[in-house]
Amino acid sequence: MKDTRYIHSGCAIVGIMSEEGRLIDSEMIMTAIANMHFRANGLGGGFAAYGIYPEFEDYYALHMMFESEKGKDDCEALFARYFVVRSDERIPTRPVPAIRNRPLLWRYFVSVKEEIREEFYDLTEEDIVVKAVMHINATMSDAFVASSGRNMGVFKGVGYPEEIGEFYKLDTYRAYQWTAHGRFPTNTSAWWGGAHPFGLLDWTIMHNGEISSYGINRRYLANFGYECHMQTDTEVITYLFDLLVRKHRLPIEVAAKVLAAPLWKQIERMEEPERSSLEGLRMVYGGALLNGPFSVVLGSNRMMVGLNDRLKLRPMVAARDKDLVFIASEEAAIRSVCAAPESVWSIKAGEPLAAALKEKVA
Amino acid sequence: MTISYLTKDYEIVRDEKRCIKCQVCARQCANHVHGYDEQYDEMTSDGGACVACQRCVTLCPTGALRVQRSTTHFRDNCNWTAGVQSSIVKQAETGGVLLSGMGTDRPHPIYWDRIVLNASQVTNPSIDPLREPMELRTYLGRKPDRLELDERDGRLRLKTALDPQLKLELPVMFSAMSFGSISFNACLSLARAAKAAGTFCNTGEGGLHKDLYEYGPSTIVQVASGRFGVTPQYLMAGAAIEIKIGQGAKPGIGGHLPGEKVTRTISETRMIPMGTDAISPAPHHDIYSIEDLRLLIYALKEATNYTKPVSVKIAAVHNVAAIASGAVRAGADIVAIDGIRGGTGAAPTVIRDNVGIPIELALASVDSRLREEGIRNQASLVAAGGIRNSADIVKAIALGADAVYIATSALIAMGCHVCQKCYTGRCNWGIATQDPNLVRRLNPDIGTRRLTNLLRAWSLEIKELMGGMGVNAVESLRGNRAHLRGMGLTDTELRILGIEPAGA
Repeated sequence: MKDTRYIHSGCAIVGIMSEEGRLIDSEMIMTAIANMHFRANGLGGGFAAYGIYPEFEDYYALHMMFESEKGKDDCEALFARYFVVRSDERIPTRPVPAIRNRPLLWRYFVSVKEEIREEFYDLTEEDIVVKAVMHINATMSDAFVASSGRNMGVFKGVGYPEEIGEFYKLDTYRAYQWTAHGRFPTNTSAWWGGAHPFGLLDWTIMHNGEISSYGINRRYLANFGYECHMQTDTEVITYLFDLLVRKHRLPIEVAAKVLAAPLWKQIERMEEPERSSLEGLRMVYGGALLNGPFSVVLGSNRMMVGLNDRLKLRPMVAARDKDLVFIASEEAAIRSVCAAPESVWSIKAGEPLAAALKEKVA
Repeated sequence: MTISYLTKDYEIVRDEKRCIKCQVCARQCANHVHGYDEQYDEMTSDGGACVACQRCVTLCPTGALRVQRSTTHFRDNCNWTAGVQSSIVKQAETGGVLLSGMGTDRPHPIYWDRIVLNASQVTNPSIDPLREPMELRTYLGRKPDRLELDERDGRLRLKTALDPQLKLELPVMFSAMSFGSISFNACLSLARAAKAAGTFCNTGEGGLHKDLYEYGPSTIVQVASGRFGVTPQYLMAGAAIEIKIGQGAKPGIGGHLPGEKVTRTISETRMIPMGTDAISPAPHHDIYSIEDLRLLIYALKEATNYTKPVSVKIAAVHNVAAIASGAVRAGADIVAIDGIRGGTGAAPTVIRDNVGIPIELALASVDSRLREEGIRNQASLVAAGGIRNSADIVKAIALGADAVYIATSALIAMGCHVCQKCYTGRCNWGIATQDPNLVRRLNPDIGTRRLTNLLRAWSLEIKELMGGMGVNAVESLRGNRAHLRGMGLTDTELRILGIEPAGA
């Protein structure tokens, strides 16, 4: 069990969501992610929680990481231009010996200023938030936006996920969707902002794998004004979802068909009009195809989605029990918190599993 | 005539012990290098006319022949080499422009050879193309920024109307080689191979022979400044139309077809008198600006009722990125860029060897420029000019090409030995000639098979390389410069190519 010479494969992912919107405490997610301790190496852990700020439901919750007081001052100057800050505070933490070299963690609940909405009349309110987030992450070396959605937040850092959860006092939050990630970084060095989940607006992405199409995905996104500065492929997945679902208004199932496109041979066997639709999607969105091994859990206020690459080169298992939907890298993680779910299955290559909030489904 | 001061380029070495005097060499050489002296019953050879095409060497049944560079030794001089002197002598004797066939033989840098590819290790599994799907299909044409779909009865339906596209089963097409510059049998081989492989061959500017109309769906018909053979039927026959503005081998000038090659069928197809030189004007005389290009693009689209993508082919010159951007904004659905190493049937040697820039740099800067302007999806990019093997293709796609054009490689597959004498019309391999006795030497069935073999072999290799990189669809390779690294390149070259040095 403690033989650390064994090289373990990739990262650990868990997502738990109540489709009824029932708020659940953090015990399940902490147990499930701790069960996969050896899929991570202590260089990154993180959580996303949805439904945690009902009292600020209408405000964008900006979870910030500052490397210096100056970073905080610079950011607050920027906030003063774009936003009305309804409230702000230090993100509560408790001492955990393993967690060292922490940035200054702060959260702000903001709304976009009326005059800014008028100034950028061709942008939506969400576009303006994205613009501010990108500006901070791209140009301010001492500040990083961990999440920027409403009624949700990302809690992440360098450490094992169970240590990170303890550090952030997750036991004091209740959420209808919890996701967690344990990181085994291979391509980029460990730093607080680089841990998963990666957040933009209420999107959060956790990812196990390596995107071999990164070079083109990044350049494709640049065509639409997204600038990737994080040196991580998880960032491009987040932006691709934002582009496809929020901006191009593709249904999540269709977006999944772009990111993990069916093979041409499969498309040829389809009937019209689906065949031309899928052909068109691959033709037009080729630059958004994610190639290489990945399992991804996408969170948003409305839903939780699990998606595997089109060859299924990374593990991902789903389960359902009453109102709860589980997605995890390993079945053992699910069974550690729900010993006998009503159903358990392996998510198929390229076919998304979407769990959606019932009352919000049209 | 006075004595020529030219010395021989090549010498023929005949192994008399092996030679059986069968006279195959004498019959095969259209340059009359070999002869048979009945009086003395011996074979004769005059290396002075030899172009080193290797026809006699290849066909000699006993392997008795060898072509070697002339052993006459000029006094050593790094400036005034034998080649430099011989060019001056030729011009002193003729007062003419020196012509060459094929691409430049000068040692211009080949950046492909300074770029290496990536492969997966541990963190990202490589994909085995023998056991997993590996997709090369490519669509060329204008793409919208986004698609709108709606869902009825649980079935997806496209709401956005797509522009016409070329569907390629592998991202390789046969580049423009006109009927006239090459023989009917060569054209037929290319057309059949394109059809069999699921790709396209380009007519070049010589029109489309009536017997090749059946291959129209696998053909890109070219419209060049000479407008040879351009009729409404011709435009409708092709799958796409290409406006040829320039050619990598001779940027700034039009096509040359020496009158020697303008036979009866060529004259019919091109709609010009027999035996006359077909010299295309340097510019299109209806294109003196980018607005004029737009008019021609839309005239062609109107003429074909917006059913075919229109490509604009330009030579890679200094300002290629801005020119390509202008072409896209003028309505080009495909932009083909031809680099300095691109081939030709006939070009002034001085232009071939000195004008233009390498395709690698041109392609990289065009792709980057179009992306900076946010219009990269509005046109597909085709790279041409000296693509020699599957690795060049993979590197071109990773730099940003949607597909490549090959021509010299295709000719070599059919028998060409790059002797650079296409313009003489005496191609011993039956390719760049209109002499019926020579044309007959290229059997179209064999030509087709050799071409399809080449495409098959390259597509297998492309799949192996892609699998190693961990991508299983060519769209994940396209423009993916993260898979490229440069070796021995300057910072400036790396910046233009948009790639990191090896080790970074």
